[in-house]
Amino acid sequence: MSEKFDAIVVGAGPAGISCAYDLAKGGANVLLLERGEYPGSKNVMGGVLYRKMMEDVIPEFYKEAPLERPIVEQRFMMMDKESAVTFGYKGMEWGKEPYNNFTVLRAKFDQWFAEKAVEQGAVLINETVVLECIVENGKVVGVRTDRPNGDVYADVVVLADGVNSLLAQSLGFHKEYKPDEVALATMEILKLDKKVIEDRFNLEDNQGCTIELFGDATKGILGTGFLYTNKDTLSIGVGTLLSGLIKHKIRPYDLLEYVKNHPMIRPYIQGSEPQEYLAHLIPEGGYNSMGKIVGDGVIVIGDASQLVNAIHREGSNLAMTSGRLAAETILQAKEAGDFSERMLDEYRLKLLNGFVGQDMKKYKDSTHHFDKFPQYFDQYIPMMNKAASQMFTVDGSSKWEKQKKIWSDIGSTKEKMKIARDFYRAWKVIK
Amino acid sequence: MSEQKKHQSIEEKQYLVRFNADTKSHLHVKDEDICLTKCPDKICTIFCPAEIYKWEDIRMHVGYEGCHECGSCRIGCPHQNIKWEYPKGGHGIVFRLG
Repeated sequence: MSEKFDAIVVGAGPAGISCAYDLAKGGANVLLLERGEYPGSKNVMGGVLYRKMMEDVIPEFYKEAPLERPIVEQRFMMMDKESAVTFGYKGMEWGKEPYNNFTVLRAKFDQWFAEKAVEQGAVLINETVVLECIVENGKVVGVRTDRPNGDVYADVVVLADGVNSLLAQSLGFHKEYKPDEVALATMEILKLDKKVIEDRFNLEDNQGCTIELFGDATKGILGTGFLYTNKDTLSIGVGTLLSGLIKHKIRPYDLLEYVKNHPMIRPYIQGSEPQEYLAHLIPEGGYNSMGKIVGDGVIVIGDASQLVNAIHREGSNLAMTSGRLAAETILQAKEAGDFSERMLDEYRLKLLNGFVGQDMKKYKDSTHHFDKFPQYFDQYIPMMNKAASQMFTVDGSSKWEKQKKIWSDIGSTKEKMKIARDFYRAWKVIK
Repeated sequence: MSEQKKHQSIEEKQYLVRFNADTKSHLHVKDEDICLTKCPDKICTIFCPAEIYKWEDIRMHVGYEGCHECGSCRIGCPHQNIKWEYPKGGHGIVFRLG
């Protein structure tokens, strides 16, 4: 591999493939490197792919991509030990073009997506680890791979190497993350008859449902669980800050089993067969944990740059948008023959001024806030469940009496003030 | 369809996963002494999602063959005592679905 490319993209996930696709489409000579056996073989997500950002790369991709189900209903369960307050939205507009989002299985989807980039002219090489960036005079000029004679050169290197971006770290772009800046998620794919899934989740053919789980799903630790419908499998998982697992000495797979056996969840998955078990980190430090993302001859995109909106379980869409914007900037840089940090900084500006940066800034303090004040998850959700139980249990006491009891159960005036203050604070960090 | 089993062990979960293990480990305990003398909790044996870290009397056994390459041990080790690399290209965990 002695050839020189216009660009080398490290990592074939949603960010890297989007970038390589657009670069190749724009006429650049691009090398896409993937360390796994095939794109997707190292990649994990709960499973929601957003239509809009994917269409920004490939219009009408849903006509041919390997998707599971378009989501027509999104539910949220606020769970206590033996109860849940559930709310959600179901709308038929999400079940037809142009759709809102889809469940996908990443090993299938990423392979398909990478093939599309190859069709555009990108060169994909699998089973190749990039050991380090080759830096000359402070400028990244290529990568050193683990293949024999594995140095490859390019005008610009795009780091799309995911949450464990050892490459960005070794360039000094960000420090090692702390356990409260990443969430550890474990999940399972459960095989279940298609018809059974549709009956249990109140769906018709080619309709899907997502359920996000809060509260007891994570035993009150900051994090969420999820249960998503695929064609003939379910994806079930749970993620918490790594610091939470450490503090409470919880084994992540025990927590996953706890969710699977929770009385609010068990009936959905009863009789299913586990097909695969997966673990992965999610960067959740948000805007405050974002390091440097542009340097001379180098750009960082996707998870490698901490682009996750944990509040809205968005990540792959931010990754795709970052990849697309990086490609746009690189094509301009190619035109100008200038790959300096100053030139490539256009990517950072576009990213931060667009919806990605806006959302990252909007929720910049949310992870820290909800981590610092665990009462939202371990007190207020149980309180909400208790109130709902009291209000809806018909036992001969009047509704006024019930309201009075619920109100007094919340606690003293001082405690009520504290709750009011907490809710005001929560509103402030997510407003 | 079989009845849902009450609890599935980590061994059973790991059995579902395909691994193409390299012959040498991509994970190394930097200083074995630190685990022995400075780390009473050995928290990596708890939070590792594949239970690849196992304390054996006086030393940490690292079953790298079952690693999910998530990175938790590198970040979560209270003594930054784990040297973490990616397995050789094409090796390590191979997800087939998720």
